[in-house]
Amino acid sequence: MRLSMIVATVAGVALLITGLSMPWLKIPLILSFCYGMAALGIGVLLRAGQISFGHAMYACISGYVVAYLSSHFRGLDGALLIILGTLASIAVGMLVGAFVVRYREIFFGMLNLAISMVLFTVLGKFYAYTGGTDGLRVQRPTLFGFELGRTEFESALLVLAVILSLAVIWGVQRYFRSSAGEALAAIKTNETRLEYLGVSAKLLLWQGYVLSAGLCGLAGSLFGLSQGLVTPEMGYWLRSGEFVFIAILGGSGHAVGAFVGALLYEFLKMYAAALVSGAWQMILGVTLIVIIYFLPKGLVGLLSERRKALRGDA
Amino acid sequence: MSALLKTEGLTLAFGGLVVANGIDFELHEGERLAVIGQNGAGKTTFINICTGLLRPSAGRVEFDGVDITGKSPRHIVRRGMARSFQLPQLFLDHSVRQCLELAGMARQSRMPWWRSLASSADAREVDRVLELVNLRARQHEPASNLPEGQRKLLDVAMSLMLEPRLLIMDEPTSGVSSEEKHGVMEIVMGALEEKKVTAIFVEHDVDIVRRYATRVAAWISGGIAADGSPDTVLADANVRREVLGE
Repeated sequence: MRLSMIVATVAGVALLITGLSMPWLKIPLILSFCYGMAALGIGVLLRAGQISFGHAMYACISGYVVAYLSSHFRGLDGALLIILGTLASIAVGMLVGAFVVRYREIFFGMLNLAISMVLFTVLGKFYAYTGGTDGLRVQRPTLFGFELGRTEFESALLVLAVILSLAVIWGVQRYFRSSAGEALAAIKTNETRLEYLGVSAKLLLWQGYVLSAGLCGLAGSLFGLSQGLVTPEMGYWLRSGEFVFIAILGGSGHAVGAFVGALLYEFLKMYAAALVSGAWQMILGVTLIVIIYFLPKGLVGLLSERRKALRGDA
Repeated sequence: MSALLKTEGLTLAFGGLVVANGIDFELHEGERLAVIGQNGAGKTTFINICTGLLRPSAGRVEFDGVDITGKSPRHIVRRGMARSFQLPQLFLDHSVRQCLELAGMARQSRMPWWRSLASSADAREVDRVLELVNLRARQHEPASNLPEGQRKLLDVAMSLMLEPRLLIMDEPTSGVSSEEKHGVMEIVMGALEEKKVTAIFVEHDVDIVRRYATRVAAWISGGIAADGSPDTVLADANVRREVLGE
């Protein structure tokens, strides 16, 4: 196991112990892990030099699927709901991806935003099916066969969030280092050369897009279960913007970056809101400017630079 | 012997500017064809049509007996026609070795999701091509670190990883200092010989054309004005006046 994965595991276990011993931290930590997964989805696209301002739609789709199934099929286990919610996002990602991968850069970003806003509007208008702007309640399901009270359910979700996050970091990092992942990163620097090697850049980007939709879907399923409610706001463009913010904050050089960014973002938001309730967004904005200016590769870029310096490569 | 590359009546115009004027052309296995011509004569357009970047308004292109007119670059590359560029087209964020590994995986038409690029690629073939183009010492450096001459070599090396039957090189020595030009061409031609690859190269330097080409085609105003051995074409009065500016 690589050093980065060992550090991530130790940090994940430490956060888990902290969350379980300080109950008020449970939900912020679960949300951080959800944000981390979704931001990693954006990170996959960033590696290809693309950005999406609409990926919250995939978290929203899975959240609604979880809410709908939890109400209409009461016997379904929470683990199965997470899987089905994620699969729904993957399925929509495959369809939407087939269309948007024909475009690049700002057109790619804005098309995703436009599609997400169509979904947002549909969810708000079709009250009979979606609950309109009030959204849908998520009925607390069993988790791995266990009937749990609210507190135990949150604890179990935190454990699950940590395990899933570590699995996602490991799996996505392997993908980043694989042939497909390295070829995806090559789209950013030279799509022409890829085509002249006989490789379809569109297919590579589509694969990355489906992965990113799946990651956002996984985040949305967990988010829905932890919040007990899903609303169209989950798919609003501001939420997509938050994912982008976190992905840039953490950096896309390593899969762990998104989670570092998510933890920083969640706690920065929490404390900024407590300190300057009327202007907390300003603190977030300044943080982003500082990161972009001084750490263009995000926080994880800082760590890799330090490692290089320690090895004497720099 | 049937032609490896053949064009018939290849025609293309950008507005009033005719850049391919009914070109009939044949290239045979083992040839080293130098394409010469003034800027704007239509050399790169010819390459772009053959490699699928541009679609001709009339005429056809055959590669190894198969009609490839209007096919995508990807399709043509997979048939065995590779290309290097006047401005080297590299993956600048990747290391020199990774660039070749990616090209090797492309050759196998495999892009696994799980195994690392380094363990999936054919390490021996990568090492062999690195040796051929003299880049072994810099294999772990980012491609962006390379000077222009070595970028050109890496661009060619990525194409060689595809095991092509024909390599078309657009100005392989442009942007390279005059002292380095022969060194670059020596390495490129050695690699082509080793890999048994037929080649077309666009070139402005007459010394290089004379030394490395087995055949020369001179382009003037979108057409081939002279085609034959280097001595014959470079001695042609029209070529000397219109192409070499003498």
